[in-house]
Amino acid sequence: MNSELALIKRIEAYLYQEMSDEEMMQFEQERAEQPDLDSKVIAHLDFLKSLKGYGEVQELKSSMDSFHNELDIVSLKEELQEKESAFVLYFRKYQRNFAVAASVAILATLITLISTGQFRKSGNSSTYNALKRDMESIKKSQNALIRNINSKSPNKEIAPSQFGGTGFALSSNGYLVTNYHVVQGADSVYIQNNKGESFKVQTIYIDPSYDIAILQIVDPLFESLSPLPYTFKKSSSDLGEDVYTIGYPRDEVVYGKGYLSAQTGFGGDSIAYQVSIPVNPGNSGGPLMDNRGNVIGVISGKQTQVDGAAFAIKSDYLLKAIENIPQDSLKKKLKINSKNSLASFNRTQQIKKMQDYIFMVKVYN
Amino acid sequence: MNKKINHSKPTDSEIILGILNNSSSILKHLYLAYFPMILQLVINNNGDEDDAKDIYQEAIIVLHGKIKSGDFELSSKLKTFIYSVCRRLWLKKLSQKSRFSGDIKDYEDYIPVEQEIEHHQEKDRQFAMMHTALKDLGEPCKTIIEDFYIHNRSMQEICEKFGYTNADNAKTQKYKCLQRLKKLFFNQKNEK
Repeated sequence: MNSELALIKRIEAYLYQEMSDEEMMQFEQERAEQPDLDSKVIAHLDFLKSLKGYGEVQELKSSMDSFHNELDIVSLKEELQEKESAFVLYFRKYQRNFAVAASVAILATLITLISTGQFRKSGNSSTYNALKRDMESIKKSQNALIRNINSKSPNKEIAPSQFGGTGFALSSNGYLVTNYHVVQGADSVYIQNNKGESFKVQTIYIDPSYDIAILQIVDPLFESLSPLPYTFKKSSSDLGEDVYTIGYPRDEVVYGKGYLSAQTGFGGDSIAYQVSIPVNPGNSGGPLMDNRGNVIGVISGKQTQVDGAAFAIKSDYLLKAIENIPQDSLKKKLKINSKNSLASFNRTQQIKKMQDYIFMVKVYN
Repeated sequence: MNKKINHSKPTDSEIILGILNNSSSILKHLYLAYFPMILQLVINNNGDEDDAKDIYQEAIIVLHGKIKSGDFELSSKLKTFIYSVCRRLWLKKLSQKSRFSGDIKDYEDYIPVEQEIEHHQEKDRQFAMMHTALKDLGEPCKTIIEDFYIHNRSMQEICEKFGYTNADNAKTQKYKCLQRLKKLFFNQKNEK
């Protein structure tokens, strides 16, 4: 122990030059001769270096702390902190959840669009929406209910029709008109009146360019209608004229009222009027009536994403189509009524009288 | 987003010269000039201002030691060097705290500084041992050693301060203290 202390003394004396020249020379010689001593000296020097280094760092730290106190950390922080809105932080935290939710939403949207047939292009224009009623989607949701009600009774299967529209009588002996797009591609077509009676009809003439189809009731149960109360207007109607329609957008007859808003139809189509009237799928083929009980058109479609733009084929084109029917294809004479018995009635009475002549057209294919 | 910090007065080489000459004002300038840069790095990467202070001071210690040891070549800007060291240190700390998300938002260019960091950590361990050893040494030895070896006071001053009758007594006391300190220090080293 003491020898160690003595050694420290000697080394220190040597380092701080507190030795005589003679002693120093001797020490250096000893170092050269004894590697053991030499390494001890070096270790001591290293230790002192660490000690001094430690001291330096301590000093550096304390002066840095004093500099640090001069900084205005709060305002610096304010300035340098990247501003992130609460939403961004929230979003970051729940990024994964958002991603899952978004993909589910997208998937659901796609499925909905595909299942409702939004991706099926309809003919020449994408925003023109023919008002044929697709029963399938409505029936599906209702079938469950119907089945529940009927679950005990042995069910007599009546296949629901797949599409529906409206049609109205042209004459009392069983001729009707509807839109061509309603009966297009049909296997069989039935009509149903407001009392719920169904009759089988046949398509006897079509005019795709005017979107007109003429039907004839071929059901043996059908007896002729009473004389038609309304007539067909041969001239064109004026802008702003009050109009109304009766049709079957539901299984129930529905009245809709509006006004004539333009002389041409979708995309400037001159065979149709633009009508501002609430119509829905199922209204296709319904009559467009004026105040005096004249048929001025046949409801045929509406423009999607535009408010109050429905279209109706002008009655003179309907009459033209009727004229074009080859006479020999008609089993009975098709005589267009020219005696109006509605003109003097008010609207509700007109509707009451007309209901018997307006049918739901049910299409099976 | 990237805020550039204004610094114009002393150039990098003036700062190095200043540190070699123990210039306190240069050191202060250096310290104040780049702290905001590091604060920005840390607070925008899951840290707070105290974290920023810790790693910034560590980086200055690295730079200081490197300059003092004489092996500092000005191969990049001081700013880049400081940023790189801090970045590395902060990444280490983040992974220790397991707060590291695998992504760090950078504000400056950076250079590899692995060697410096390794060297620094070795030194840091030694300093920590020295710190403990000095603490365990107790008074008056601690003050005598610090005064003589760190504050470079003369034995005469120390003698007066502690009321030793003569310098030789003080010196003997110092040797004893140094011997004990060495023992405390190397014992720790052997334990490890």
